[in-house]
Amino acid sequence: AVQVRLVVPMVVVFSPGSVPGDLPRPLPFRDVQEMEISVNLRTSVTSRYEMRYRSTTGQEEAALAAATAREADAALYPLQDTTMGSLTMYVVPETSSLLPQGISVYVGKHRSALVRAGGSLAALQARLREVTQVMSFTASSIAAALSDRVPNGQLSPDARRNLKSSLGYEITFSLLNPDPKSHTVDWDIEGAVNRYVKPVLDKLSLVANFSVDSQILYYAVLGVTPRYDKESSSFLLSAHSLPHVINPVEARLGSSAASLYPVLNFLLYVPERSHSPLYIQDKDGAPVSTNAFHSPRWGGIMVYNVEAPASPQASLPLHVDVDMARVMEVFLAQLRLLFGLSREEVPPEFLLESPGNEGLADWELDHLLWAHTVENIATVSTTLTSLAQLLDKIGNIVIKDDVASEVYQAVASVQSSVTKLSLGHLHAAFQASKEAVTSSERAFFDPSLLHLLYFPDDQKFAIYIPLFLPMAVPILLSLAKIVRETRLRKKEPTKMD
Amino acid sequence: MAAAVPGGARGRAAAALLLLLLLGCCGAAAAGGLQDQAEQFFRSGHTNNWAVLVCTSRFWFNYRHVANTLSVYRSVKRLGIPDSHIVLMLADDMACNPRNPKPATVFSHKNMELNVYGDDVEVDYRSYEVTVENFLRVLTGRIPPSTPRSKRLLSDDRSNILIYMTGHGGNGFLKFQDSEEITNVELADAFEQMWQKRRYNELLFIIDTCQGASMYERFYSPNIMALASSQVGEDSLSHQPDLGIGVHLMDRYTFYVLEFLEEIHPASQTNMNDLFQVCPKSLCVSTPGHRTDLFQRDPQNVLITDFFGSVRKVEITTEALSLDRDVAGFESKFPEEELATEPLKYAEQLPVAQIIHQKPKQKDWHPPGGFILGLWALIIMVFFKTYGIKHMKHVF
Repeated sequence: AVQVRLVVPMVVVFSPGSVPGDLPRPLPFRDVQEMEISVNLRTSVTSRYEMRYRSTTGQEEAALAAATAREADAALYPLQDTTMGSLTMYVVPETSSLLPQGISVYVGKHRSALVRAGGSLAALQARLREVTQVMSFTASSIAAALSDRVPNGQLSPDARRNLKSSLGYEITFSLLNPDPKSHTVDWDIEGAVNRYVKPVLDKLSLVANFSVDSQILYYAVLGVTPRYDKESSSFLLSAHSLPHVINPVEARLGSSAASLYPVLNFLLYVPERSHSPLYIQDKDGAPVSTNAFHSPRWGGIMVYNVEAPASPQASLPLHVDVDMARVMEVFLAQLRLLFGLSREEVPPEFLLESPGNEGLADWELDHLLWAHTVENIATVSTTLTSLAQLLDKIGNIVIKDDVASEVYQAVASVQSSVTKLSLGHLHAAFQASKEAVTSSERAFFDPSLLHLLYFPDDQKFAIYIPLFLPMAVPILLSLAKIVRETRLRKKEPTKMD
Repeated sequence: MAAAVPGGARGRAAAALLLLLLLGCCGAAAAGGLQDQAEQFFRSGHTNNWAVLVCTSRFWFNYRHVANTLSVYRSVKRLGIPDSHIVLMLADDMACNPRNPKPATVFSHKNMELNVYGDDVEVDYRSYEVTVENFLRVLTGRIPPSTPRSKRLLSDDRSNILIYMTGHGGNGFLKFQDSEEITNVELADAFEQMWQKRRYNELLFIIDTCQGASMYERFYSPNIMALASSQVGEDSLSHQPDLGIGVHLMDRYTFYVLEFLEEIHPASQTNMNDLFQVCPKSLCVSTPGHRTDLFQRDPQNVLITDFFGSVRKVEITTEALSLDRDVAGFESKFPEEELATEPLKYAEQLPVAQIIHQKPKQKDWHPPGGFILGLWALIIMVFFKTYGIKHMKHVF
């Protein structure tokens, strides 16, 4: 049974003119809101928002006097509590011009949001609840992290498609050139990785270790022949043929040889000259703007069309310099989607700040950490429980000392992780949960725990009876003889007179 | 705290409402026709496919078991599962067997119609490495850390695994390599270990041995579907001998399964009920059996390609980031330490040049050792014993 309490420390700061009239107590005061997310009969996650309401300090007021929300956010950043998992919300008056028309919440790049006051406390609290759903975790994101405990049928199959929490990931960028006779493709992948990918991976390095490699594959074709469309004079790949594209290519990617971590493949496909330009069609028949698609837990593919040369007499092969920025914009967006960071389910009156070159906002990182921590704790508890059940069932497995110490360490780490979660220390809880997972996996998958000893009862009979029965016959007969003789001897004295 | 208590109850209702809303949204999305088909297509919820194909018999006359396994391997590769996701265990080498009149081939049809060995067979466990212990290690994942990646089953909770086993078996066991056996209880326990660690989403177990149905009798983990070539008490028979090669080439059940699979292509919608009908008693002589009570979905909705092929769920990428292109280099917060390395030299493994130009070493003279001395002493004693001690003065 897993009982976890997730504590989110929140600070709600009222700027002058935004304090609702129906506050229960004068500022500053504290409040706690608890919600139960029950996953199944034995697993429940309680979320607890510890809110501290106060009014602005002088510095914060000065920062909120900025012209746009973005500047205000940047000015407020040094004044905030930036521990992971915490949230700060600044309430601005209803008539404030800081937020654009029609927008009631602005979510910044870090861990803060600007919220428009709603008149009454109840309206404000409803809005604050929406903000916490976006910025920390929702019931469905926690349930998705615990997806193997949810009874079947309650979660849609889509919910289980995010990457599983792992200690490391390997990212492979591949350039597929099926037509080297027509195109000589040059991509500055090293520069692109240093400039665009490393900032994102640096931010994600808190979550896991990442390693990046790249390769170029020649004469690698897609498994599907695209259709020629006369109206747009281009080739089209329809949405339902996309699933069959990946398999013929995968055998050549060589992604499995490198490491034991999950591999994310990002493929850039430059179509052959005879099939250019190639566009991907979505389900409604419209060409996709990014010209890319991705597969959960696998990676993504982008089609890069080469512009037709100005003069038809241009000599082959054409030299192609890939615009790495455009390519990386798509690949990094796909990386976010693979991790489950999508901004699609946000209510319309929210304005989310773009994270820029960092790839993801601080609160999105928190999202990942919440989900992964809960997932790690659930995994550890399942692993240790099943290990205990295995050892109960098979009595004659020998537990080595190092396996035992790994188990103790796993238990200690997971307990520490749960405690830290209930105190609101997200980062420490995540680290502890990672250690717990490492130890428990090492203990569970130790090669010495294999049991090959199964002795069914009928086999025991079949082995021992032919051995002991022939020996037992003369022994039993002699015993019977002894008993008979003693009995006769006892009877004799009574016969004699 | 007047706000807390109603907040709590409202919070619970809000959570339930949110869950319902999200599920409702998913339901509404399935309203479109094509969308509906796509939803049904992917209802199994798996994201990758693995296959573990095991042939447990050795010796030339068990050619048919190797041919069985290679036929399934061929179908599975053709339908899209890459070698990196297939663990192929063959207990003996038939293609390069000295008794094979057609080396480097393994045929499945007589008159040598179909060579299932092909050009790119990748055998992961070969010959004596196919043991019960290794098989259980592959399934449960308790592998020594030095094992290469190609020998591991790295499945996760969203993997559909196909397990095919063939060889000689009996009531409740399967013989490995003529020296050991795996019982149905051990197999069921291994699958339970896999389930506990969520190493599979759904599992399809196919076995082609005598009394094969006994092997799946003891399964108790969820999401397992099993097929066997014969019931308890029946023998599975082999198909046809080839007079040129001199052995039976395939077993009947796998022969008809292969024929069935040859008509499946990656986009086909054939479901498991058709696979259950393969090889009726008239063709197979034995009665094939199957077990679906542990499986959550209806076999009608399970596509053959859910297990034999690898059709990935795909989504269109609708959003892209906007990156600032004027970024110079990036200073990582966690710079990698530069390790001082010395330039590498190539080390000669066998100094051939030195060896062939070597002059023989001058050996120092040693006095003769104990054995030689003893031998000579014996010879001298025998001589003087025979011919008398008076000859001694001629020697000294």
